[in-house]
Amino acid sequence: MKLLRELLFPLIAVIAAFIVGGILILIIGDDPIVAYKLLIGSALSWPDGIGYTLFYATPLIFTGLAVLVALRCGLLNIGAEGQLYVAAFATAWVGITFAHLSAWLLLPLCFLAAIVAGGVWGAIPGVLKARFGSHEVINTIMLNFIAVALVSYFTQYHYKTPGDPIMQTTEIGGGAHIARIGKILPGFPERIPLNLAFILALVCCVLVYLFLWRTKWGYELRATGSNPTAAEYGGISIRKQIIIAMTISGSLAGLVGINEVLGYRYRYYDGFSSSYGFTGIAVALLGRNHPVGVLLSAILFGMLIRGGIFVDAFTNNVTKDLVDVLQGVVILFVAAEALFRGPFGRFGLLKRSKV
Amino acid sequence: MRDLFTIALIWSTVRLATPLILAALGGLFSERSGIINIALEGKMLAGAFTAAAVTYAADSKLHLGAASPWLGLLAGMSAGIFIAAIYAIVCIRYKADQVVSGTAINILMFGLPAFLSGAFFLSSGSTPQIPRDRLIPFTPLVIAILLLMLTGICWYVLYRTPFGLRLRSVGENPEAADAAGVSVSRIRYAGVLIAGALAGIGGAYLSIGQSSLFTRNMTSGRGFIALAALIFGKWRPVQTLLACLLFGFTEAVSIQMQGAIKLPAFFATLLRQTPGDDIPIQFIQMVPYLLTIIVLAGFIGSSRPPRALGIPYQKEK
Repeated sequence: MKLLRELLFPLIAVIAAFIVGGILILIIGDDPIVAYKLLIGSALSWPDGIGYTLFYATPLIFTGLAVLVALRCGLLNIGAEGQLYVAAFATAWVGITFAHLSAWLLLPLCFLAAIVAGGVWGAIPGVLKARFGSHEVINTIMLNFIAVALVSYFTQYHYKTPGDPIMQTTEIGGGAHIARIGKILPGFPERIPLNLAFILALVCCVLVYLFLWRTKWGYELRATGSNPTAAEYGGISIRKQIIIAMTISGSLAGLVGINEVLGYRYRYYDGFSSSYGFTGIAVALLGRNHPVGVLLSAILFGMLIRGGIFVDAFTNNVTKDLVDVLQGVVILFVAAEALFRGPFGRFGLLKRSKV
Repeated sequence: MRDLFTIALIWSTVRLATPLILAALGGLFSERSGIINIALEGKMLAGAFTAAAVTYAADSKLHLGAASPWLGLLAGMSAGIFIAAIYAIVCIRYKADQVVSGTAINILMFGLPAFLSGAFFLSSGSTPQIPRDRLIPFTPLVIAILLLMLTGICWYVLYRTPFGLRLRSVGENPEAADAAGVSVSRIRYAGVLIAGALAGIGGAYLSIGQSSLFTRNMTSGRGFIALAALIFGKWRPVQTLLACLLFGFTEAVSIQMQGAIKLPAFFATLLRQTPGDDIPIQFIQMVPYLLTIIVLAGFIGSSRPPRALGIPYQKEK
């Protein structure tokens, strides 16, 4: 019964968003039914549709989990975008600098780079909040812009192939490549970029669940999020929890670099993220702040991205911007939960600490 | 460094700071009433798109001539108010998390203008070019005077009128304001709508003042810089104006003075670049954001947000 309720509300929000999107499609003179059929059909075809849907879902699982961990501690991490950029670049940097190492050494080093770089970039707003009480939302927004500028500087001035008009680094060593699913799964074409990072994302869902609900540390983190005052009386250091949560959150966002650099492009490509960090907020909220929900809503948004490309190409007027519109409306409906719950519903999911 | 302060640079600073000042002063009213304004970016985008689309239509379809940009400006402002109204209802009436719904508005407005212009103008997300003589005809000097007046008005409204007093009290201590008979939600609606109007005008200035069409994501983070300026200006009108000018100046420098500033020798060594190289544009771009983080942490004076900022008000039953 409880599970049904948990599922029902996100479903209503998604349907409501599709209705709003449908009205917009009507306004611009296309048939919503045709557009949506095309969207879903192209996202679920075998093997390309499903392969690409899961490929697009992979970074969203990571950023969704990142937002989730912070939210469970009462923090809103709008900085996943910056964290994943810094991490992706660091991953590429290790892959380029130590290219000659064997895969057994290089691969763990690249993983470490992604985790550490993302974690450090996430820890900064955590420390700033714990030490100075400055709001993590503002700081993560600012750090997003700083990250983008910083990484673009290093790409442009130090790691680009001279003369390359594209803002991208040189290639990483072959030892740092991770296998595409097509290499492992017979019958699945190798041209689809879905790679082992997807499996890593699934593992992370399980790990985040175990950490938050089956360990003492996870309990302390959640206690801080649900009632900071009580947690402090219970002997939990809120400041420490804030830093831990933001570091883990940043590391999870950083894992996007593994999908992007080690599994897909084999280099850092400037501006690669199509707002994965921000979509992560939608993913976490729609997923009711639970790893299973994150997985499901990441796949839903992966479908939208994949299907959006086809709707763009095969309808008269609808462009792939429809995806952003649907996303925005979904978050709006999820945020305004009270809209569906009537006057007696209390808005509890996002109770956040002051400051 | 000597040719840094030219007249051209000053006007360029004013031009670039204009949308920031409009959005930041608008955001001031919203934030002082207790509603976080992360959605400034989305409101600016709404204003920019609507203003460009309406100006284009008024000129080429309705043949309104010189009146077109004014109609566009009005439409841009209305679009800002419309988006603000949605935001206000969600945040005030339904007590949604302000940061989350603000982010939603931003994502929505990232997509919606491009979605609509793709269909209406058969473009890849931009409106058609508007003729030069159909843009807002103000010179930088006129704009500078208007902005100074606007800042003065904001200061006066905020500190010398009953409405301003109520607005500030609602943002600091809504319970006390409520007990004194002030309608917390009505004041907050007013604050958010004023923010929408000014951010809408700021966006309109981008598309039909500074440039001559709307392009996809044309604000490119200016709403967030305006938010940063608001924080850097410690939620006060005059300081916010100065912060916007400072941030406008850094942008003007990064555009106009490319190649004019040399990398100091120390940093050149640090960054493994040749001394005498140009300073990389990325470092100039970072300045507003770094300053905001520093000032928010309290290193340069303290910047304290309104006490009730971000907290939905639950009237005692």
